[in-house]
Amino acid sequence: MKPGTVSAACTAVLKRDLALTWRRRGDALNPLLFAIIVVALFPFALGPEHAVLERIAAGTIFVAVLLAGLLSLDQLFRSDLEDGSLEQLVLSPHPLSLLLACKIAIHWLTTALPLILVAPLLALLLQLPPPVLPVLLATLALATPLLSLIGAMCVALTIGMRRSGMLLTLLVLPLLVPVLIFGAGACNAAQAGLAYAAPLLWLGAWLALAVVLAPLATAAALRISLT
Amino acid sequence: MNPLLLWFHKMGSPPTFYRVAGLWLPWLYALALVAGAAGLYGGLFVAPADYQQGESFRMIYVHVPCAWMGLFGYIFMAANGFIALVWRIKLSETLAMAAAPVGAAFTFITLVSGSLWGKPMWGTWWTWDARLTSELVLLFLYLGVIGLYNAIEDTRQAARAAAFLALIGVVNLPVVHYSVVWWNTLHQAQTVNLMGQSKISGSMLWPLLTMALATHVYFFASVLARARAMLLGLESGKDWVRVLAQGAAPSHPEAAHG
Amino acid sequence: MAEFFGMGGYGAYVWSAYAVFFVVLLIDALLPQFQRRATLRDIAARLRRESAPSRSAS
Repeated sequence: MKPGTVSAACTAVLKRDLALTWRRRGDALNPLLFAIIVVALFPFALGPEHAVLERIAAGTIFVAVLLAGLLSLDQLFRSDLEDGSLEQLVLSPHPLSLLLACKIAIHWLTTALPLILVAPLLALLLQLPPPVLPVLLATLALATPLLSLIGAMCVALTIGMRRSGMLLTLLVLPLLVPVLIFGAGACNAAQAGLAYAAPLLWLGAWLALAVVLAPLATAAALRISLT
Repeated sequence: MNPLLLWFHKMGSPPTFYRVAGLWLPWLYALALVAGAAGLYGGLFVAPADYQQGESFRMIYVHVPCAWMGLFGYIFMAANGFIALVWRIKLSETLAMAAAPVGAAFTFITLVSGSLWGKPMWGTWWTWDARLTSELVLLFLYLGVIGLYNAIEDTRQAARAAAFLALIGVVNLPVVHYSVVWWNTLHQAQTVNLMGQSKISGSMLWPLLTMALATHVYFFASVLARARAMLLGLESGKDWVRVLAQGAAPSHPEAAHG
Repeated sequence: MAEFFGMGGYGAYVWSAYAVFFVVLLIDALLPQFQRRATLRDIAARLRRESAPSRSAS
């Protein structure tokens, strides 16, 4: 049997992952709910004064989104490993990194995009000044794909373990420190009326690098863990 | 084959490495002790007190060499990890994983001594200073590598996965450092550093360099000792380990030191 | 002597930094020795177990 083209393989992976997510659409809401709960807890802890909430809004939303993303990362390859389709992907004649890039893209689309869409609501809860909202959305749009890409590398390394939750957090968080600093930093700069283009551009550069390198690294890591 | 390459080739075989490293170890430990004693004597008795920081600056003789070793250990680990992944050399895997706990220990000392210096100088145990924060992230990276290595059951697969993580960390480390520096200028944190911009005089400098030599030698001694212990476990089915183990049975305790 | 140990009022900080340095490195130096001996003991015990039945049979 002749193998199909690379683009056909990628389309098949994309369609399959979308269909699987759609069948378990209830689960897809979990990170969303988690982010909202985390954000809602802060006013209880710090008091409802607008000035305080305004000051911490951008950073809190950023941390909540990152934690929610981290929560969903574990599921990235889990079901594929269990039903054996991950090994099929590794054995397929097509470049593994491209197929994995498709999987990561779908993962971002189904877990991180809803988080970005709900960010205005989170901003409302924490009294984020309206002019800062576009900056927050822009940084989230750059930071969440980074989370998915960096997270995928770490998930690929921990895939052999039955319980990887805490270890995965330990692996991912140091790698996300720059993302958090630049992302929340851009929002804080915008809020203080300072220039915020530089951190945004840094995030963009980091994302461009990660889009190219992370799928390759994920493929290499997966090959190490599955041998 | 040229002699140097031949030497590397021979050292790559676990029994030879075990034997040669065992011969070197006492000398390395002794050299580290002598250099450390000389450095500490210079640092504690010869060097004058700093005109700004007084006697508290004497902490640099443990803080700064340890900070250097924390970074050096990570680079050593990543370089060996790279060799292990590309050429699949068992010894490099072992050396990379042996370096992780030693580097983490040095990073931990850096953090604690930095904090002990910060209390009298800054009036607080911890401040989100750019260097301290980078060291903290470095410690987390070390802990991630060690945690991943311990969590995977198959030792060789664990070493390769952890080596790969160490390589990802190498790419990340400069980005972390510059982002933390940028974040620090944004928030106007403390600017006084244990190693300030001021020029350091000769009588203060030579003890520091001697201590740096001592910690480097100690690092290699500790890595070799760990690698020897790990190789025994890895090669437990091989003949040379059997011979060693039988020699180390209770009737001949002195052979265990070999 | 007391002046030396006092370190101009910073004695507690300076000496605890040195203490941490020595304690952590001492532990780091001892651990591989213990680990190596334990591994050798384990292997020796396993070899004795493996060779015991064959010796009784002969």
